Order: sequence, then structure tokens, then C-alpha cells
Amino acid sequence: MQLAAQAIILGVLTGGVYALMASGQTLIFGVMKVVNLAQGAFVVLSAYLTFSLFTGFGVDPFLAILITTPAMFGLGVAVHWLVLRPLKHEDVGQLSLLVTFAVALGVEGVLALAYETTYRSVQPGYENRSWTVAGLQISEVRLYAFGLSAVMLAALYLILERTRLGMAIRATVQNPTSARLLGVSSERVAALGFGLGAATAAAAGSVYGLLYPFNPGSHYDLISRLLTIVVLGGMGSVGGAVVAAMIMGVGSSIVAALASPIWSDFTFFVVLLAVLLIRPRGLFGARARGAL
Amino acid sequence: MTPAGAVRGAAFFGALCVVPLLVGPQWVLNLLIFTVMYAGLASAWNLVGGYAGYPSLGHAAFFGFGAYAVAIIFENDVGDGYAPFRTLPIIGLVVAVAVLPVAWIAMRTRADVFAIVTITLLFIAQTLAFNLRSVTGGAQGRSIAPAPFPVETYDRPFYYAMLALLALAMLLSVAIRDSKAGLSLAAVRSDEDKAHGVGVHVTGVKLLVFAVSAGITAMIGGVWAYYVGFIYPQFAIDPLVTIGMVLMCFLGGRATLWGPVLGAAILVPAQQFLAYRLGASQLYLLGYAAVFLIIMVLLPRGILPTLRRAR
Amino acid sequence: MTTLLEVQGLTKSFGGVTAVDDCSFTVEKGSITGLIGPNGSGKTTVFNLITGYLPADSGRIFFDGSEVRRPHPARLYRHGLCRTFQQARIFPELTVTENLVVAAGHGWRDLVGARVSAADKRTARKLLTEFGLAELAGMTAAKLSYGQRKLLEFAAVLMSRPKLVLLDEPTAGVNPVMIETMEHHIRARHAAGTTFLIVEHDMALVMRLCSPVVVLDRGAPIMAGLPADVQQDPLVLDAYLGA
Repeated sequence: MQLAAQAIILGVLTGGVYALMASGQTLIFGVMKVVNLAQGAFVVLSAYLTFSLFTGFGVDPFLAILITTPAMFGLGVAVHWLVLRPLKHEDVGQLSLLVTFAVALGVEGVLALAYETTYRSVQPGYENRSWTVAGLQISEVRLYAFGLSAVMLAALYLILERTRLGMAIRATVQNPTSARLLGVSSERVAALGFGLGAATAAAAGSVYGLLYPFNPGSHYDLISRLLTIVVLGGMGSVGGAVVAAMIMGVGSSIVAALASPIWSDFTFFVVLLAVLLIRPRGLFGARARGAL
Repeated sequence: MTPAGAVRGAAFFGALCVVPLLVGPQWVLNLLIFTVMYAGLASAWNLVGGYAGYPSLGHAAFFGFGAYAVAIIFENDVGDGYAPFRTLPIIGLVVAVAVLPVAWIAMRTRADVFAIVTITLLFIAQTLAFNLRSVTGGAQGRSIAPAPFPVETYDRPFYYAMLALLALAMLLSVAIRDSKAGLSLAAVRSDEDKAHGVGVHVTGVKLLVFAVSAGITAMIGGVWAYYVGFIYPQFAIDPLVTIGMVLMCFLGGRATLWGPVLGAAILVPAQQFLAYRLGASQLYLLGYAAVFLIIMVLLPRGILPTLRRAR
Repeated sequence: MTTLLEVQGLTKSFGGVTAVDDCSFTVEKGSITGLIGPNGSGKTTVFNLITGYLPADSGRIFFDGSEVRRPHPARLYRHGLCRTFQQARIFPELTVTENLVVAAGHGWRDLVGARVSAADKRTARKLLTEFGLAELAGMTAAKLSYGQRKLLEFAAVLMSRPKLVLLDEPTAGVNPVMIETMEHHIRARHAAGTTFLIVEHDMALVMRLCSPVVVLDRGAPIMAGLPADVQQDPLVLDAYLGA
């Protein structure tokens, strides 16, 4: 019983961080209909930046977010401008996947050159502290990370609901043609949307380094989980991604506790295939478009 | 196949058959083996990613299946040395049939979701390879009994095996392209919904090319395993292998017969040269990424179709 | 007169908008039935529901005597129900001949046959000659003009000798000569036994060609009858001219 409760707590806390990463990815899909296979790589890149800021300058990871988030926002916009925007319209659907995969590989390559392939982690000293509440252990870092994710998601929500950019994004997600007709520059929305997606990866990446050891190749694990979460939640639905992240966080944590961590990886794959088989649009996704 | 095409093919393969007898240094034949191997992989991928228009990002998993199949069967004894080659057709058929249910699930979706499904399959295969230790040896890998071929000509049987598989891939591509199945595929690639609307057997032809493509890829993986003698899960089921196939196909031209071959002929020697000169394998990644991005942006149709259009 | 196609209570909503609202009508065998209505009245959506491009929320469809439980475009095509699209969808990368051959409704065994056999070419040539497109047989379809594409699309679906052809605005965007050509071909095929259900906006054409005529307004049929009656019906006039 206690094992299950512990697993659930861990799952919720982890789910929060995944929710942040996934929200950016599903947002990018909603705005551009592009599956960003580089999202995991952005997280890892941010983790490395945080690592350098910490080991080089003593910047606490939670503060590093103030640096990494705007930096990655800029990177996202740049990536979009350089490699996604030039794709001709008919090719975008198919090629964008391969292009973002290529970006992920490029990021991995650069990181491997700069940092080599040894595993790193960010260890400011408080990463092992935990509180004990009602006999259950709650890791401090994970709780802070969860809190941070909640704050960032709230910020994302505010951006989407209260700012002009957010409105433009939501309009483009719902109906790109109408949005264009109403003067929303779809290119600019796409660029900013991609930047926003990368920014969420940045924030999550800063804390990711605290929670797990990572190396340049870690983006593969991340992307496979993010894909499940995004598909389960419904591609394009930020709320859906958050819900799905919590479900998968708790679910995989329970499987890890009851069976073994290896099978917890598998839960992601199984859920992904099951969703695609049974209900491809996920929990909150839009209905598959008809032929016309 | 036109008579001119048949002559071209015969000349090409004829020349390649003679090459090992002419070249001296061992590294040349080694390079050729990998070039021909990737040409075959790219040609096989072309069936699904080019002719059908479904970009599979998981083909490395089939490569791995073939590799592990050979490794498991021939751990201790390879008989006269040609036994592994003789089992290839069986491995190919088994994999082709086994992927049908997977393909059916994967191809019910549109292209972007298809890519996600195939990538996931790759991850699943990799996870299984690392964790089913009793079968795959886990991270320790598996070894294959060494071939009893004479040292001076050791590489030749492997080279001819790869060449035969490339020929198979190209012959099947021609056969499919020149048949009604190929016409159906072209319609599917052009406008899948409209293809449904004129009664095309859309699912059937998609499954057909997926199965053929997976089978050939697995056979090539089997030869590779036998050649390198020792396989590890991260190399047998390696996303970079998929990326390589895809990239070569894109570079040379998807849905063309010679495009994948051209792509491999350019990229494999380039890759080996860079590895030799610059050493670090991380540069592979950067190199691949850079080439990919350049192709996507500047030459999205690939070399051959761009040349044809310019005529 | 037997009923070839019957729809009962077809309903389809998108979000809050009901595009097709409890729509019922029949198409008699051997008729050229018209389906008209102001813009947005759901005509193309009805076509999509009948042919299986969109799933209906509720309702039943009967074709050639049996119920179609889960319509699918390819299955219906092979049973003799085909349709054209408003935007003249053809396969631009294929040649004109290939566009016809691919639509001939091949069985499984045919798939191993030659891509375009001599017999295929002959059959295609006959049809192309009938439609005046014979000189274009080897041309890539991408190079055709809009009117030629519409003809090609129409000709292609005839390759399978369908029982019922759903034409979605066959004369939209084409010049007057082409309208005559289209009408001529529809009549010719009709005389040979094909039934038609045509969505159209060209009222003169509808009045000449179609009988009966079904009128949709906001997703529901408001009237069905002879052209002359439909022309004078106050409900119909109101639908077209009213707010």
C-alpha cells in the first residue's frame, strides 16, 4: 500500500515536469501541424546549459531558468526561421518530421562534441533532501520542480489566454485560414509558437538535470515519452497534454514500482500504440479531418 | 523494364561483380561492402518511403531483427560458411510476414502519425534488445561464429551477398513499379483519399511494400551481422542506420530506381572519409544533420528528379 | 421504378453547426436526380456521408437493395457507387491514360499484371475518344486545364461501369462550351443505363437535365419533385432568396 502511495507521489511530481515539456510540443503541433522531434533535444540542451551555468558560475538551477528560457526561445525562433520556414508548403507535413529529427541529431552532435558522452547531473547539494510526511518520502527537488512546472504552465496559460500573441496562436490552431484572413501572420505565429515550445523545454530542462543523469543521447528516451503524452492528450491540446502527462507519470511510476523500471518504459510504448489503434485523436484532440 | 534499363542494370551489376577481382587494398572492398549495403537499405526503404510515400523512421528495427536472427542461429557453427546466406530468404520471409500486423496498425494513420508509430517501434525494438538478455545477450551483445573463408578473399562472399540483396531490392522495385500495384501506389502517393474513391486497394498495396521492404532490410541486417561478427544492441538497432537510409534516399531521389544507389554512393564514402580524417563519431551526427537540412531546403526532390526536371 | 439509393435520417454536426439535419430522400434507378440548395445547405456533406468520406452521426443508407452499414469509398466504388469532387480531383503525377486505368476497379489478382497493359490502353483510348481527350492520352495530368481535368475525372469514374454516379458541381468554374459537353456526356451515359445524382448551382442546367429535383436548405430537404414544380415552390424560393 505504502509502495503504491509512494509511487503515486513520485508519478505526480514527475508528471508535472513532463507536462511542461509536452505542453510545448503539443503547442508546436497545434500551430504548425509539425511534430517537433527535437523537443527532447531542446530539454537536454537546456540541461547542459544549466549544468555549465552551475559548474562554471555557481548559478542555482532554478535561477538558471531565467537565462535558459529566453535563450531557448530565441533558438526556437531561429530554428524555425532557418529550417522550417523554407520548406515548401506541400512538403511541410512529411519533411518537417525529418527536419526536426535532423535538428535533434545536430543538437546531439554539438553537445557530444562539447561535453563528451559521459553522464552528467546537476548537484547543488540539495538534490537528495526529502521531507517525510505521514511516513511517505517526498523529494524536495521533485516538489520544487513540480511547483516550477505548475508556475510555468500557469504562465503559458496566461500567455495563451490574455495576450495578443496567445490569441493569435489559439486562432491559428483552431482555424488557420480564418486567422490568416483576419490578419494574423501565420509565419510569425509559427515562429513564435515554435519559440514558445522551445522555451517550455528550456524551463523543464533546467530541472531535468537535477532529477536525472543525462548525456547527449538522452533525448531519445525523452522524445519517446513525450510522443506518447502528446498523442494521448490529443495533438494540439495543451490541457490534454497536461492531463496525459499526469496519467502517464503516475501510471509508469506504478508499473516501475510493482514490476520493474524497464517495463515502465514499455507502458509508454503500449499506451501510444493503443491510443493510435483505438482513439487516434487522443483524449482531447480534434476529430480527424474528413477528406474534404 | 525497358531494354535500355535492363542493359544499364546488367552493366552496373556486371561491373560491380568484377571489381573485387581487380582491386588490391582490403579497405576498398570493405568500403564497397558498406556502400552496397546502404544502397540496398536505401532501395528497400524507398519502397515504403518513396513509392508509397510513407516515411518510416523505424526500419533499423528490421535490420536488427535480421542481425539478431543470424546471431542467434549461427552462434556456434556456420557449417561450410554459406549456411547463414542460405537462411537469409527464410529470415526475410518470416520478417515480412511478421510485420504485416504491425504495418496494418501503422498504416491506418497519416504520414506524420505513421512516422511516430515507426519511431516508437524502433524504440521498442531497442528496449527489447537491451533487456531480453537471454535472447539478445542484452548490452553484452552476441557473437557469430567466424566464417571459414580464406583470409585473402575473406570479404568477397559478403560483398557478393550484399550485391545480391541490392539486386533483389532493385528488381523488386522495378517489378512493383511496372505492375498495377505500382500504379496503385503512385495513386496513393498522389492523393490517398481520391485513390480510395476510385476503388484502389490502398491498404493492400501499402502492406505489400511494407512487408517486402522489411524483409529485404532484415536480410541485409543478417549479412551485416555475419560480416562484423559481433553485434551490440545500440548498433544493431540504431536510429542512425535509419537516418542513413532515409538521407541517402532523399539525396538521390525518392521513388526513383537509381536514386537510393546514387545517394549511398555519395554519402557512404563521404562518411567513411570524414570518420577517417576527423575521427570522432559525434561528427557523424552533425554531418548527417547538416546534409539533411541542406537537402530539405535546397534539393527537396533529390538529385535525379531535379536533373530530370531540368532537362 | 426501383430505388437505387435511399438515405434515411442522415445527420451530421460539426461542433455546434448541424450541416446535415435528418435528411431523407431517394434516387430512382435510371434517373438523373438533382440535388440543389443555397450555399451551405449541406449538399457536399451529404455526398461525403453517402460515400463514406465522413462518418454520419445517425441515419441509414441503402444502395441497390441492401443497407450500407459503414460506408467506405473504395468498397462502394467496387459495388458501383462512385463520385466526383467539386475541385476536379485527379492524380496529377500520373498520365491521362493511367488516371483512367487506375480507376478501372481492379481485383486483387490484377495487381501483379502490367502497369498499363495493351488491353488497358485500348479501353482507355475508347473512353478518351468519346470524351474528346484522345490526343492527351500520354500527357501528365498535371498539365491539363481545369475543364479537361473535370472531364478526365468524370471519364475515370466511368471506367468501372458504375450503377450510380454522384457528380459534385460538374459545371462549376467551366466555360459554356464545356457545360454543353458535360451535359452531352451525362445524357449519353444516362441513355446507356447509368443513374446520376447531381449537385448543381446552374439552375438552367438542372431544369433541363434533372428529374426529380431534391432541394436542401440548412441541411434538411424541404422539397422533392419535378423541376417545374420545384421552380415555383414558395419554400424553395424563400430558401434561395430569403434571409
